[in-house]
Amino acid sequence: MAELEEIIPKLQANYVLELASKGLRIDGRDFDSYRPISIEIGFAEKAEGSAKVSLGATQVIVGVKVSVGSPFPDTPDRGILITNAELVPTASPTFEPGPPNENAIELSRIIDRTLRESNAIPLDKLVIEEGREVWEVWIDIHVIDYDGNLIDASMLGALAALLTTKIPEDRYGYSSEPRPLELTCLPLTTTFVKLGDYLMIDPNLIEEKLSSVRITVGMNEKGIISSIQKSNHGFIDFDEVEKIINKTKIKTSELREIVLRSIRRS
Amino acid sequence: MSMQKPPGLKLVDENLRRVDGRRLDELRPIKMKVGVLNRADGSAYIEWGKNKILVAVYGPRELHPRYMQDPTKAVVRARYNMAPFSTEERVKPGPTRRSVEISKLIAEMFSGIIFIEEFPRSAIDIFIEVLQADAGTRTAGITAASLALADAGIPMRGLVTACAAGKIDGYIALDLNKEEDNYGEADMPMAMLVKENKIVYWQMDGQMTEEEVRTAISMIRDACEKLYEMQKEALKKRYIELEGL
Repeated sequence: MAELEEIIPKLQANYVLELASKGLRIDGRDFDSYRPISIEIGFAEKAEGSAKVSLGATQVIVGVKVSVGSPFPDTPDRGILITNAELVPTASPTFEPGPPNENAIELSRIIDRTLRESNAIPLDKLVIEEGREVWEVWIDIHVIDYDGNLIDASMLGALAALLTTKIPEDRYGYSSEPRPLELTCLPLTTTFVKLGDYLMIDPNLIEEKLSSVRITVGMNEKGIISSIQKSNHGFIDFDEVEKIINKTKIKTSELREIVLRSIRRS
Repeated sequence: MSMQKPPGLKLVDENLRRVDGRRLDELRPIKMKVGVLNRADGSAYIEWGKNKILVAVYGPRELHPRYMQDPTKAVVRARYNMAPFSTEERVKPGPTRRSVEISKLIAEMFSGIIFIEEFPRSAIDIFIEVLQADAGTRTAGITAASLALADAGIPMRGLVTACAAGKIDGYIALDLNKEEDNYGEADMPMAMLVKENKIVYWQMDGQMTEEEVRTAISMIRDACEKLYEMQKEALKKRYIELEGL
């Protein structure tokens, strides 16, 4: 491999797989539990909305910047949403500086699809003058510490940041005050890995590296699925699809409560 | 999914027929041909509706640069690429974020299908060239890629068969064409190992309920069985030609 790779010692790998066969995980969780989650709202004060998320030892900062730009020629009556992810070298000895690699691109595209396809951000309400000026919403995901499951951490951060985003109408002279960005729904993702024959939620780094399948489902509070992504070399059975969808519904609603609670507290 | 539907456009009529006259669970016309290139180790060409896709496979061959080699297995690399003239608007040559993502998923998937442990230090390269695109290019590309791999004589767990289903005018429909993809509500590409009943590739974007996802999956499963038969036919035809029978 050209890129640096995480190395998991064989002894540890065997141990993790053996634990899984007994329904256990190395950090003591059961298969359906998330690691402790904390969300700090407004970490980046210069951003129009931001959140710093810890998911176990994984840390992600998401900043939302909002600026004025021209609409895309084929959508003159819609604002612009752009999602980008950076796997910053602070996050892992295997992350190298440079333009986004395939992992960063995949990460940002999953977050983008989950939000865009659910129409969570009403882009038609972000038009200043049709065909000329619209609001551009930039979601930047900064992964600063990598211990697995960047997708769910980033999605939590993106939703928390967007929920607290204020469109800077005052700065551009459109009004005297910034206007809150209103979301139409609150989509979140749940990520599973398959380790041996077992499906587990919210993989830590070791579990992620040892797994044969990673699968993410994005769902809003109405139970509408807006994104699915399977990656890695392994296979899934059709009865596992059922489990994945059912658990996503339960888990995304738990996560939604955590996001809303952290916003109320801020 | 991304485009606003022109007012009055109906994707499904009162007889449940689609814009191109198909039923909801009907595939577009498909033609597969194996062994279409001279220099590649394996190749296949697929026409799937208005999609025209060419796949070349090279390998197992020595992997350069050497530091990229894996002493325990072959490295599978894939490139999904759209020709500049493949769509209405010219596609700028070079990787896009979309093509990088699709290529990553396809390479990962095939590294679980090919017996890569048989070929340490080598590379197996899959080049998917979309010459004409009309929605469903990744699934058509995967279906053809697995034929090209078989043509190259690369040992695999089985043939991978891929197809998409989506949602148009509120109906779940198989194998969306470009117009349906543009103005529909969701698209879900999937690939499977038909004989083993395993899902090996799965993406979805748009808006679907759980029930709709189930319906779409069962449509894809049925379609993949038909496609799998076509794949086997295409391979047999290749061997008949080779042996001059």
